[in-house]
Parts: sequence; structure tokens; C-alpha cells
Amino acid sequence: MTPNETLHRETPGEPIIEAVGLGRDFVLSEGPFLRRTRRRVSAVGDVTFTVRAGEIVGYLGPNGAGKSSTMKMLTGILTPTSGTVRVAGLEPARRRTRLAAEIGVVFGQRTTLWWDLPLRDSLSLTRHLYRVPEREHAERLAELTELLELGPFLDTPVRQLSLGQRMRGDLTAALLHAPRLLVLDEPTIGLDVVSKSTIREFLLRTNAERGTTILITTHDLGDVERLCDRVMVIDHGRLVFDGDLPELRATVPVPRVLVVDLAAPAPRIEVPGAHAVRVEGPRQWLELRDNPARVIAEVAGDHEVVDLTLREPDIETVVSSLYRGTVSVERADGS
Amino acid sequence: MADTKDHAGTPGSGRPEPGSGRPGRVRYTATTLLRPFVDYRRLAWLWVRAFAQYPLSLVLMSLAVTVSVLTQVGAVVILFGHAGALAGFSVMEGLLVFGLASSAFGIADMFAGSVERLGNHIRSGTLDAMLIRPVSPLVQVAADEFSPRRLGKVVPALAILGVALSEVDVEWSAAKVGLPVLMVLSGTLICAAIWVITGCLQFFVADAREAANSLTYGGQALTEYPIAIYGQEVVRSVTYVVPLAFISWQPALLVLDRPDPLGMPEQLRYLGPVVAVLLCLCAALTWRFGLRHYRSTGS
Amino acid sequence: MRVHFAVYARGLRRHSTYRAALVAGLITNSVFGAINAMVLLAVFSARPQINGYDASDAVTQVFVGQMLIAVTMIVNTGPSLDLAERIRTGEVANDLLRPVSLQGWCLSQDLGRATCGFLFRGVPTFLVGVVLFDVVAPYEIAGALAFSTSVVLAALVGFALRYLYSLCGFWMLDSRGVWAVAGLVGPILAGMILPLPLFPPAIGDLLRLLPWASMVQIPAEILLGKESLPGGGILSGLALQALWAAVLLGLGAWITATATRRVVIQGG
Repeated sequence: MTPNETLHRETPGEPIIEAVGLGRDFVLSEGPFLRRTRRRVSAVGDVTFTVRAGEIVGYLGPNGAGKSSTMKMLTGILTPTSGTVRVAGLEPARRRTRLAAEIGVVFGQRTTLWWDLPLRDSLSLTRHLYRVPEREHAERLAELTELLELGPFLDTPVRQLSLGQRMRGDLTAALLHAPRLLVLDEPTIGLDVVSKSTIREFLLRTNAERGTTILITTHDLGDVERLCDRVMVIDHGRLVFDGDLPELRATVPVPRVLVVDLAAPAPRIEVPGAHAVRVEGPRQWLELRDNPARVIAEVAGDHEVVDLTLREPDIETVVSSLYRGTVSVERADGS
Repeated sequence: MADTKDHAGTPGSGRPEPGSGRPGRVRYTATTLLRPFVDYRRLAWLWVRAFAQYPLSLVLMSLAVTVSVLTQVGAVVILFGHAGALAGFSVMEGLLVFGLASSAFGIADMFAGSVERLGNHIRSGTLDAMLIRPVSPLVQVAADEFSPRRLGKVVPALAILGVALSEVDVEWSAAKVGLPVLMVLSGTLICAAIWVITGCLQFFVADAREAANSLTYGGQALTEYPIAIYGQEVVRSVTYVVPLAFISWQPALLVLDRPDPLGMPEQLRYLGPVVAVLLCLCAALTWRFGLRHYRSTGS
Repeated sequence: MRVHFAVYARGLRRHSTYRAALVAGLITNSVFGAINAMVLLAVFSARPQINGYDASDAVTQVFVGQMLIAVTMIVNTGPSLDLAERIRTGEVANDLLRPVSLQGWCLSQDLGRATCGFLFRGVPTFLVGVVLFDVVAPYEIAGALAFSTSVVLAALVGFALRYLYSLCGFWMLDSRGVWAVAGLVGPILAGMILPLPLFPPAIGDLLRLLPWASMVQIPAEILLGKESLPGGGILSGLALQALWAAVLLGLGAWITATATRRVVIQGG
């Protein structure tokens, strides 16, 4: 770091992450010692995207798709083999230490808190390591303590905290230096429903009030539906989708499903623009290929309809069909 | 976030404003240079407090370390007692060598010994967590599990060194009084550098830890006795290849003002601090190289 | 018995896959052996006989000690049985539900590890000693048989002691202190830092009777056929080792039973 360096702080909408043709190869050594063969495999290949300040972006993909390699390149842990990336105006691999002050990172599966010491000690260490002036630290800690309800366990050794409490502690530690970008790796993994929703509400608030940009990898699609304005899907090291949720639904031809409750069991419905894919007594699931209103009219003409629900395909189905390139309608109603 | 304070909380805050002149610049440089040490102290202190949560274990461990040093002293006394003298060194002169070696090794172990657990950090992913903090990962790895139990070794070792220094037949001049401090310091740096260099092997070979121990702990075992007893080839290699001879042997020759029994150049004994600085430089480069390798393989 | 053999075989297989670790251990043991041997050679060149030991005896004992490290794990200053960690985390409650005794299970597994360590790390270390120094190897059948028996008994004593160290975890929040004491003091008592004949005779004779000596000093003297063995001969030396193995394993079984009752009462 040079002493007089002043970093430009993005206004909302300005790019905070810019990756152009980003790629990372690994050399794998295989086989017994003397006959070892070397093979180049690409973990991430030619990924281009921009994240703008103030966005909450979900970064999805199956295990081994290149998610964590990308995250490592964004945070400066891993040096890219091709392409360029700039985060908060810095080149991560070259300016890792400087960048660390601008970003907060939470690994959901691994705590960075001091196991045997009260939570408070880990948090005040953060203040020293990130060189946060004492008054600012106190203000921020008070604010985060209130938002995340840390009060009751600030003085409890971390080893005695529940998983949810620990995650709240980790989030606090990652935010105490007021980073512009928060990178979360599986932040809700293993948490109960209440803790998950506390954390999601908190993230939304942090984003809305402080303008913190959030990049989140998760397998919990509840996180995505609740939090993300935008989703990027990576598979086999390539970005296969980048857009908002409605767009994602539109991209992948997962049809909407109309659930009809009839007055009495009836044979499988087959009308223009829809056909039943599942029948359970008086209830039938119709896969729509056409305007729902027309289909409803058709069905109501032939049968006595008690109730109707139109189900949008949930994001899990859409994403998994993106990974596989296939569509499974049965999953579309969440059964 | 308070929009009025643009850079609140970044390491830049507290830095002099541009154009604040030379004194600010000097202070800035000083704080930057001291940063690793300040960070180290913070991390180490938290570890001390964490270990203090288990006082019985801490006391037992410290005692065990002390007992083991004292038995090694006993072994030196017994062996010199049987042999009369080794490599022309009397018991007290032997203890001087022992005190220099175990002080340097003990202090280096206390401050940098944790580097040998680098492989664990790589496997468990904690190294990645260290890399996203604005603190040198070397500082974080070295301060990891800093334990006051190692004082259980350093204190008796320094005591033995003190006793040996006062008992050996040396004319103490004003110039010579500062010598032991300088010798322990450069010995410590040499040990610490060797620790870091061998620890870095784990960037490349996952199971290198125990093999590295043969250089670190083995180096200690070797330098606790006047190394002339190991013969010419060993002494040559621990002088010119792995400079262990500058931890205890050459300093002892210097203090005792004794000719080298193997006829090696007399100037060598003055080179301890130079060797220490060069080796530390070498360690820093090795660390950088290893870390670069890690960051380009991610494994 | 079949269960125990299966566990033994599994322990052996598992450890034989850690090839790099075996090689690293071999290097370390050889280096330490060589350093200790050279120091002792310097002493013996000044005084050829000390309490019935000569240079070759001392160097042999050094390499016996280094060879048996992989068997008895005597120098480990941290927990060297999985059991210690399982007691700390409470997983041991599951182990206690098995139809085989906890000690028998751990012993089989550890003997598997010890066998592998002896063959691929211990024996090569000893061969390094034979090549570089004047180390006495067992050339006669009777001697080799006695020494092999002694090594097996050393493995049993080594296991029994470490099993007892692990059990401390039932009563202490953190047993790391016990392991540190054991790993640092054990080698001294065993005659590993210095062969016991170099100690003042009264101390040396006393230490020979303690269990730790059965892991280095007694096997070395059995290999060398020394009369300084407790009881004066090879057979009485083996008998002492067997006695310690029996006593310590018995103690371990008894404490396991006590601890089990405790765990059961606490509800796991």
C-alpha cells in the first residue's frame, strides 16, 4: 500500500467487481510416483461478469463447478491463469492485503472466531487487525449487537455457542470494518429455520441501509429467493446463466403448473394448451403450454372445479434443470 | 454507512494526509514496519488467554518442558563426567554450548515454531481464512497457538547459559559483555529462519513435516554439543550448507577465545549476525515463493 | 478374536498407505539416531567402558530406541491414540456400545499400526544404524526370537501406557498436559536420551524396573544379552516386560469399566 492512495468509493450502480475472461487451470498429477502423468484441467474457464455496487448476487452451481475457485480469485487467495478481475478497483491477486480491508468474507463451514474465548475478544481483535478507530468500532459493534441480538452471548466462549449464534458472530466479525463488499460462502448451512431468517433479514437490511454489495454462494435456494436480485449460475467452470430470477425462470423451459381440485375424480385431463402430468384422486396437475386463462376456461367447461392454483416453477427446479439440461415437471410443484 | 466518512475503517484511516510533510511520512513508514510485530503481539496474547482456560494442562506442559530441559542438562553433565572433556571442552564449556543452543532454539520455537503446522492449515483451509485478513499470513501462522508453556524451556535454558557464562574462564571486558546477547539473538534468528524454510516445504509436499523435524529438532540436538565431536564432514556441512554451526559452536569459540580444533577459518566466528540476516532474507524469499506456489495451485 | 484380527488388519492397511509419512519418519529417526550415536561415540572414545557398556553397545541401544519409536510412539508429545480425541468429543459413547471391549478394539488397531511402523520405518532405521555404525544385529535364531518377543512386549507396554494416558480424558477436561509430560519424560525414563548404564548405578537399576524401561532399555539389553538385566538374564528381562504388559492392560481394563459406568450413569 502506498501512503497516499485514495480508493474511489463506488456510488450505487457503479461496478464493484469486474471479471473479464477469468480462468483458472490446475495441473493434476496422477498415478504412481515414477509413472506420474500430468494433466491440465480447467476449474474456471473464461468467465465474464460485472457486479454493481449495491447488488445482492447469488452465485450458484453444483459442487466442483468452479464456485470456490472463482471466490478465491475474487478475494485474492488464488491467482488467475487467464483473464482479468478487479474488485473495488484493485487487482485481487496483486493487492490482496489492501483488498482485505475493503471486503468481508464469511465461510459458513468454518469459523474464524477464537474457540476458547468470549465472542467479544474475537471481535475486538478484528478492530486491531483491520485498524478500525476505537470510536467507530464501538459504534458499529453496538449497532450490529442490536441488529443481530448478540447481547446475551457476547461474553460467552465461542465453543459454547450454537451454530446460529456462531454464524451471527462470524457475520459481525466480517462487517466490523465496514467492508463495501461482503462475500458469503454458504452462510446458512446447517442452520435452523429461525436462524436462517434472522440472517437473511439482517443481510437485506445491511444491503439496503449501508449499500453493502453482497455476493453469496449457497445451496439453499431459500437464500436465493429471499435475498438475490440477480443470479449467476456456473457449471463446469462456465457461466451458464446471469440475470434476475424472472429471467432465469423464462430462460429455462420449465412450464408453469396449474393445480386443479375437481369436485369428483375424473380421467386424466387433456385440453388444448395443457395436459395432466399427475393425478391424485380429485386433484390434477396440469402442465401449461399456453395462456392459463384459456386453459382454465377449457377445464371449467368440462369439469366442476372446486379450486385452482397456479404454481411458478421454484428456483431449485430451474437451477437443477440448468445444470442437467433437462426439465422435470414432477419436481415443479415441490413434491 | 456514514457517507460523510469516505474511508472510515480502512487501513488508510489514521494515515497522514497527502502533503502533511516528512515527519508524517516517517511516522507512517515506522508504523508500517512495526505492523507485523504489533499484529503478532495481539494474536499471541489471545492465544495465551485461550490456553489459560485450561490451567492444569498449561502447568503440566510447562513443567514437562522444564523437566525435559533439565534432564538434557543432566545428560550433558553425565556425559562430560564420564568422558572428562569432549572436543577439548570442559563440563562448563559444554554447558555454555548447550545453553546457547537451547536458548536460541527455545526462543525461536516460541515465536516461530508453529510454522511447522503449515500443512494442517493448508489441509483444513485455515490458511485461506488467513489470506483474507489484512495481516501477513506468515505472522498469523507463526503466532498460531502461541503458548507460554515454551517459557518452561526458554527460562531454564537462559539460566544455564548465565551460569555457564559466569563459570567459564573468560576475561570479561566491556566489549565482551554485550556479546552473549548478540549471539543469542543471531542464534534465534538462524533457528527461526530454518524453521520457516523447512515449514515452507509443506507448501509443496504435504507430509514434509516430520522430515523437516530432522532439520529443526535434529539441528537442536546436534548443536547442543561441541560439534567438533561429529567429525570434519559434519562440521563442514553444518557450517557451509545448513549454517547450524553459527548457533552455538562458533559463538562459543569466540567467547572462550579458543582456536578451532578442526582448523577452520578463525573469521567464521564473527559471522553469526551476518549469517542470521542472510538466512532470514532467504526465509522471507522462500515464504514468498511457497505462498505464490500455493496461490497458483490452491492446494 | 476374528473381530480383533479384522481390526488389526485394518489398522495395518490404513497405516501402510501413509507412505510419505513412513519415509519422513525413517529420515527423522535415522538423523536422530546418528546424532545420538556420534555423541556417545565421542564419550566412549574417551572412556571405552562405562558400567559394562562399550561404544558398540551404546550405539546399538540408540538404534533400538529409534527403531521402536514407530512401535511404542514413546516420543509423541500429543495424543497418539484416536481414543484420546474420541473421549474429548464424547464419540467414545458409541465405542462403548460395541460388543467387543474398548481396550481390545484399540489394542488390535494399534498393533496393526505398530506392525506397519516396525516393518516399514523401524527396521529400515535400524539397518541405517547397521550400515553407518557398529550396531549389533541379532544374528542367531535364539537371539532373534528373544528380541522379537521383546519387541512385541514393548508394543504391548507402549499401547497400555498410552491407553491409560487417553483414559485421563474421562476425568480431565483436557488431557494434552498428560500427553506432554508422557512424551517428554517417558523417553528419559526409558533410556532413550541416555542408556541407563550411563546413569549412576542406583538410579539406573531403579529406572530399569519401571514400565518405561520395557520400551527401550530392556529390549536393547535383551538384544545385547546383558547380565545387567533385572534378574540377570534374557528370560527374566522378558518376564519383567510381560509382567508390566499384564499389569498395565489389567489396570486399563479396570479403569475402562469404571469409566463406562460413569458414562452410562451420566447418560452418555
